[in-house]
Amino acid sequence: MLNTDISIVLPEIVLALFAMAALLFGVYTKKDKVAGPILWATSAVLAAIGIWIAMSPAGTHTAFNGAFVDDSFARFAKVTILLSAAAVLLMSADFMYRRGLLRFEYPILVALSAVGMMMMVSAGDLMALYMGLELQSLALYVVAALNRDSLKSTEAGLKYFVLGALSSGILLYGASLVYGFAGSTVFSDIIVSAEGHIPLGLLFGLTFVIMGLAFKVSAVPFHMWAPDVYEGSPTPVTAFFATAPKMAAMGLFARVVHDAFGMAVADWSQIIALLAVASMFVGSIAAIGQRNIKRLMAYSSITHMGFALMGLAAGTALGVQAMLVYMVIYVTMNIGTFAFIMSMEKDGVPVTDISALKQYSKHEPLRALALLLLMFSLAGVPPLLGFFGKFYVLKAAVDANMTWLATAGAIASVIGAFYYLRIVYYMYFGENEEETLDGTMAPTQWVFLMASAAIMLLGLVNMFGVDGYAAMAAEALVK
Amino acid sequence: MENLLSIVTFIPALAALILAVFLRGNDAAAQKNAKWLALLATSATFILSIFILTGFDPSDTGFQFVEEKDWILGLKYKMGVDGISVLFVMLTTFLMPITIAACWKVEVRVKEYMIAFLLLETLMLGVFMALDLVLFYLFFEAGLIPMFLIIGIWGGANRIYAAFKFFLYTFLGSVLMLVAMVAMYRDAGTTDIPMLLKHTFTSDTMAIFGFQIVGGLQTLLWLAFFASFAVKMPMWPFHTWLPDAHVQAPTAGSVVLASVLLKMGGYGFLRFSLPMFPVASDIFTPLIMWLSVIAIIYTSLVAMVQEDMKKLIAYSSVAHMGYVTMGTFAMNQQGVDGAIFQMVSHGFVAGALFLCVGVIYDRMHTRDIDAYGGLVNRMPKYALVFMFFTMANVGLPGTSGFVGEFLTLMGTFQVNTWAAAFATTGVILSASYALWLYRRVAFGDLIKESLKSITDMDTREKLIFAPLVFMTLLLGIYPTLVLDIIGPSVEALVNNYHAVIPVDTAAALVSH
Repeated sequence: MLNTDISIVLPEIVLALFAMAALLFGVYTKKDKVAGPILWATSAVLAAIGIWIAMSPAGTHTAFNGAFVDDSFARFAKVTILLSAAAVLLMSADFMYRRGLLRFEYPILVALSAVGMMMMVSAGDLMALYMGLELQSLALYVVAALNRDSLKSTEAGLKYFVLGALSSGILLYGASLVYGFAGSTVFSDIIVSAEGHIPLGLLFGLTFVIMGLAFKVSAVPFHMWAPDVYEGSPTPVTAFFATAPKMAAMGLFARVVHDAFGMAVADWSQIIALLAVASMFVGSIAAIGQRNIKRLMAYSSITHMGFALMGLAAGTALGVQAMLVYMVIYVTMNIGTFAFIMSMEKDGVPVTDISALKQYSKHEPLRALALLLLMFSLAGVPPLLGFFGKFYVLKAAVDANMTWLATAGAIASVIGAFYYLRIVYYMYFGENEEETLDGTMAPTQWVFLMASAAIMLLGLVNMFGVDGYAAMAAEALVK
Repeated sequence: MENLLSIVTFIPALAALILAVFLRGNDAAAQKNAKWLALLATSATFILSIFILTGFDPSDTGFQFVEEKDWILGLKYKMGVDGISVLFVMLTTFLMPITIAACWKVEVRVKEYMIAFLLLETLMLGVFMALDLVLFYLFFEAGLIPMFLIIGIWGGANRIYAAFKFFLYTFLGSVLMLVAMVAMYRDAGTTDIPMLLKHTFTSDTMAIFGFQIVGGLQTLLWLAFFASFAVKMPMWPFHTWLPDAHVQAPTAGSVVLASVLLKMGGYGFLRFSLPMFPVASDIFTPLIMWLSVIAIIYTSLVAMVQEDMKKLIAYSSVAHMGYVTMGTFAMNQQGVDGAIFQMVSHGFVAGALFLCVGVIYDRMHTRDIDAYGGLVNRMPKYALVFMFFTMANVGLPGTSGFVGEFLTLMGTFQVNTWAAAFATTGVILSASYALWLYRRVAFGDLIKESLKSITDMDTREKLIFAPLVFMTLLLGIYPTLVLDIIGPSVEALVNNYHAVIPVDTAAALVSH
């Protein structure tokens, strides 16, 4: 029995062991001097495990009495998480090195948080959920404060930690209520007790759990931490926050509401719909005033989480599929965009003001074009892939009789288009200024920027089959 | 040729790709190469599109040259043309080489400029050929990107405001249409346009938040499509983006905007609103009629007091589009024939008028009407061409402008006499603003110092205007050329509509 259990969680164990080995290696050798090799090794291991999971046979397996679930849904989310984490690590090496931030703990913490994320999307039990969530979060709190000497970075880390702890507390409280009223922490038992009529206590528990999860995906009104943390953290860390953890939190969200409360769709779908509408509008409107591109991307990610939640609010397999497709597209877009943001510097100093992009297209036409494609894709303008993500979630919402939600989302996307257009405006029509950005860009950043933009354009042919895998994943989750 | 439509659609995009990848440098030679390649590609597209016209069988009211391939999410890549869309395809391919030739003097970022126009052509052609809702939306919306850049990068002084207004205004209209499209997908289970044309959307009254919605789902879908097409068209009172966009856009951008992009709205009404939601269309017909009448009279009056030539022509475009919507919703053979004819004719005439403004703008760098006067003395050839298109804009018999206006008025008269009566005053108003503009620009003594050395049109400019003059005259003298192609398809459209909405209902409006 234990053998089977272990073989199911083998990818997580391998990654955890690697992280610990790397930690020992780092401590006993030359510390930060080996950070570079460790970073490269970590991203190679992350990518390798991602490919390993992608190649592993289909089917649903559970381990440790249902506490750990390995199904198509978990595998889909894990592959996205691992590959995006590897990509972010790769493109951050240059940035971190040149600012003296390339500590050997950085890749190790990323790897550990990836283990947590893998646990999250595979959780089949409230305990496993909490363990995964905390492993992920604790690693993230530390990387947010990676730049110890920067006031903003430490502030970001502390803020993230305090608010994160608060949300964990809310989630734990909800979990205890769920346990109290359902009599079990295993999702498959909770769903049985919720059948027919859901007890009031369980409903309260569900609401608190959703609140905790909404904090992790930075959905409005639990979004306040996101702009400050995004701004304060070193840019590669921000890039990491915007990609893998979001996918993991969304995966966990879907896991909890469908696996544990799949019988009470009507109860949670309205809560999620409200979170979705609030996130889409607040994210779109608040971003208009932002001049700092990292804060802008924080609000942008809040808006995008709103759209992904719209898919989840539908409460159907199609909705989960739409959410997954949306998240993959979102993560891909953000990797490209952050690869660019990392390269934004003037005289070697990072720049985050968007007006620094004035006339960028004259100096770097190709990169400007790539960013233009990404911006239009983020705005959801066809024929770019971002549009198809929006189309999927709109379709899911309309199919679930939530046309009002789809309409609200459509209007929010117009408001949101404004600030993406403004970046294009600075790059292409901005008045000429003497000071422009340095032309330097690390090769890995360049590759990820171009690849991401190319995917946005070429994806319209068949989305590289991602929608098919997402459909399989959604079917595994929603019975 | 099985893939003729796709080939025609994607030649410009291919040329744009070649330009983007292979053309290096920004010297005079590279600029010249970019222009020639763009001209070559658009001309090749036009020549190939002639095969569509010759191979087209007008008596067949279904879709022809149909291509179909599976795409993602149960969507299809499906292209095809019928009698209504084939002319818009021809209009687009015909005008694009002229547009490219019109921007021969551009010197700023020439390569990108050509790429933008080539991509725009692909997207515009796609709009008229797409036979899948989402594919249609994709082309329809994607056209905003190159146009946003064309206005924003190569436009006039206040271009940024205009570009943003253009983009956000049309984007807002379109996303509502997208939601409606998704709802249609859900209701009909398909996004295939020919199948949707056969599908009957429910028109039972339904209640939303306590409001009784007459026409039910059809009304809601109709309104969502209206939001998009009325902005694109543009109909009064959704037209305010157009004068800004036109004034700030470069000449070639204005030509494409007036000649083709505006037609997408009218095409949308004919392709979606009327055949798919006949009950809702019937409910809203009076509204459209009166909005059109207001558009014709009000914007004509506004046009009269404009100081800026482009703005004047932009307002006149809104007025002319008023005839189109009026004729379309008259929903009889003359009305719809006239609406399509008016759109095609307006494509030539408004495009030519913007080119006329471009000719003197290139020389004097102002569009202020007061800056000109007495041009006939130094530019007789230009004055002749300008007069010809002014007359066509007024709707002088013998030019294509007359046929469209006359047919729409005749069609409207049969269903809504009062609307037709008011709209006819627009003919007089358009004569007054157009002739007054002409008088102020061309006639009088040449007293302005700055105009003393102005030169007449060169060969390139003459070559640009020649095909436009020819088409305007040809269609004015021999309108059957167009009417024969659109006739059967329009007849089928009108008959299908009246199978749902009895003619009596429409006729009853006459007594109102």
